[in-house]
Amino acid sequence: MLNEIAFYLIAAVTLACAVAAMALRQLVHCALCAAAAFAGLAMLYLQLDAEFVGFAQLLVYVGAIAILIVFAVLLTRADEIIPGSRQSSPSSLMGIAAALLVLSGIALPVLSSPSLHRLPVTTAAAPVKLIGVELMTRYVLPLEMAGILLTAALLGAVVIAMREEPETKLDPRPPAPRRAETGEVVSLP
Amino acid sequence: MNALDQIFVSTSHWLTGLTPASVQPLVSMALAIAGLMAVFGTCFAVATICERKILGRMQNRFGPNRVGPFGLFQPLADGVKMLIKEDIVPFSADHAVHFLAPLALTVPVWLAFAVLPFGRNMSAIDLDAGILFFFAIGSASELAVFMAGWSSQNKYALLGAMRAIAQMISYEVPLVLASIPVLMAAGSLSLPAIVQAQNGAVMGGLPRWNVFTPWGLAGFGLFMIAAAAESNRCPFDLPEGESELIAGFLTEYSGFKYALFFLGEYLGLFAVTGLAVTLFLGGWQAPAAALEWLPSWCWFAVKFSALIFLFIWVRATLPRLRLDQLLNFAWKFLVPLALVNLVVAVVWWQSGAWRFPGALELRWLFGAGLLAGPYLWLGRALKGGKPAPHQYRYAE
Repeated sequence: MLNEIAFYLIAAVTLACAVAAMALRQLVHCALCAAAAFAGLAMLYLQLDAEFVGFAQLLVYVGAIAILIVFAVLLTRADEIIPGSRQSSPSSLMGIAAALLVLSGIALPVLSSPSLHRLPVTTAAAPVKLIGVELMTRYVLPLEMAGILLTAALLGAVVIAMREEPETKLDPRPPAPRRAETGEVVSLP
Repeated sequence: MNALDQIFVSTSHWLTGLTPASVQPLVSMALAIAGLMAVFGTCFAVATICERKILGRMQNRFGPNRVGPFGLFQPLADGVKMLIKEDIVPFSADHAVHFLAPLALTVPVWLAFAVLPFGRNMSAIDLDAGILFFFAIGSASELAVFMAGWSSQNKYALLGAMRAIAQMISYEVPLVLASIPVLMAAGSLSLPAIVQAQNGAVMGGLPRWNVFTPWGLAGFGLFMIAAAAESNRCPFDLPEGESELIAGFLTEYSGFKYALFFLGEYLGLFAVTGLAVTLFLGGWQAPAAALEWLPSWCWFAVKFSALIFLFIWVRATLPRLRLDQLLNFAWKFLVPLALVNLVVAVVWWQSGAWRFPGALELRWLFGAGLLAGPYLWLGRALKGGKPAPHQYRYAE
């Protein structure tokens, strides 16, 4: 009973946040709503006793990806949305069609798979220890591969972000005379 | 002794037993929450006055001494002042986000206390992945800081928020890395299990706390440094460095919202200090069996207060870092050292079977040597060179 109320509450909030993330005008609001939707998903995982997945979702999505989105929004100067302009465009129909296609592509195999007809699992969800042991023994190779991939991505990002050292030394002259040369107004103290 | 040790647990059981069975889980939850909020709310008030008094003492002045005897009622006066202050919201601020930011910071911090074991059988919930929960909840505060800084529509606030986020993300890495050997030693992510793993004594009469191993000692140091940075304590308090940024992301907050930020900051410090006690100082365990007449929660309080005092002491002692020094320190010093510390921990366990005389000393020497090399090398590299000449892209 209590569990169901909690589920419907969390689900409603998550859905509302997800809709708001797409519908709001201010991009930062959208990003914050998306973060709230991520957190709601984490709650749903936790309600399914999937502790590890829930906390990992919180740690990765709210702690890192939401921050990344927010920074991306701030650093790319978004053009002001003109008030009164239509938010939807003709291409939105195409978008909806593509989304439906993807959804059906995922939903059809799931619906036809035998997993739906299986009885619900009654035992408790996998403890964190079991996940850890499995990751370190049976799935150690995929784990290592993911680690290598992420490290490579990290190095690549650093290489791209690092600016090349300038060939010439910095202009030793103070900036004030240079401004005067270009004819700008300089107010000297 | 046992009755006193379990007094909170038994009181909670007794109170829960008075209610009908259908609401008992809710009542027991509410009791735990109320207890935590009461204790750490009081701790917050006491910590503010202690901090100001101790800082005053260390800086050769009195500190607050007007309200009540020795100024002891100062927190009360501060609270009343904060409550009756006008709540000013800037005209151009984003009102909804501006309003939500203090809440988004304070609520997760309170949640973090749920998994800490404050005494024998005294943790609100014993999660299987307790420490993961702690770090996951902690990462939510970065978003709150961003919300505060962005919604204020003030460049100082935004700059402060950016700094704070950069700092928190950077120092989360050494914080987690420093605690990994402890998890490996205990073989569990549950905090009560980690405390249990530090039970007993080693040969020299020392308790089996993690801090009394080479990797534990180094990890404790790394953890405390990262913890100070995570909770924006001096010498890492430059997100709100008042001499450069007015008050960082707090600039446009006043009244009770400001107080909430202040509360969140202190509670974050308390939570991470409690985690340090749990991970490295044996949690609520007494240092020796002969000292177990003091209840377990008292031992937790003693260790906790000692660490808080350490933080205040450091604040009174060290100057603030510059931003590039701060980030370099995290990525080029703390993170590599924390990784080396993992190796030290593994060597320590692998050599655990050595039984010849002098084995303990040799293991210690080996661990210390393994850490000292990178420490010196990385420290030198950090010290060298002047900062690159500053280029202003927009403000020339």
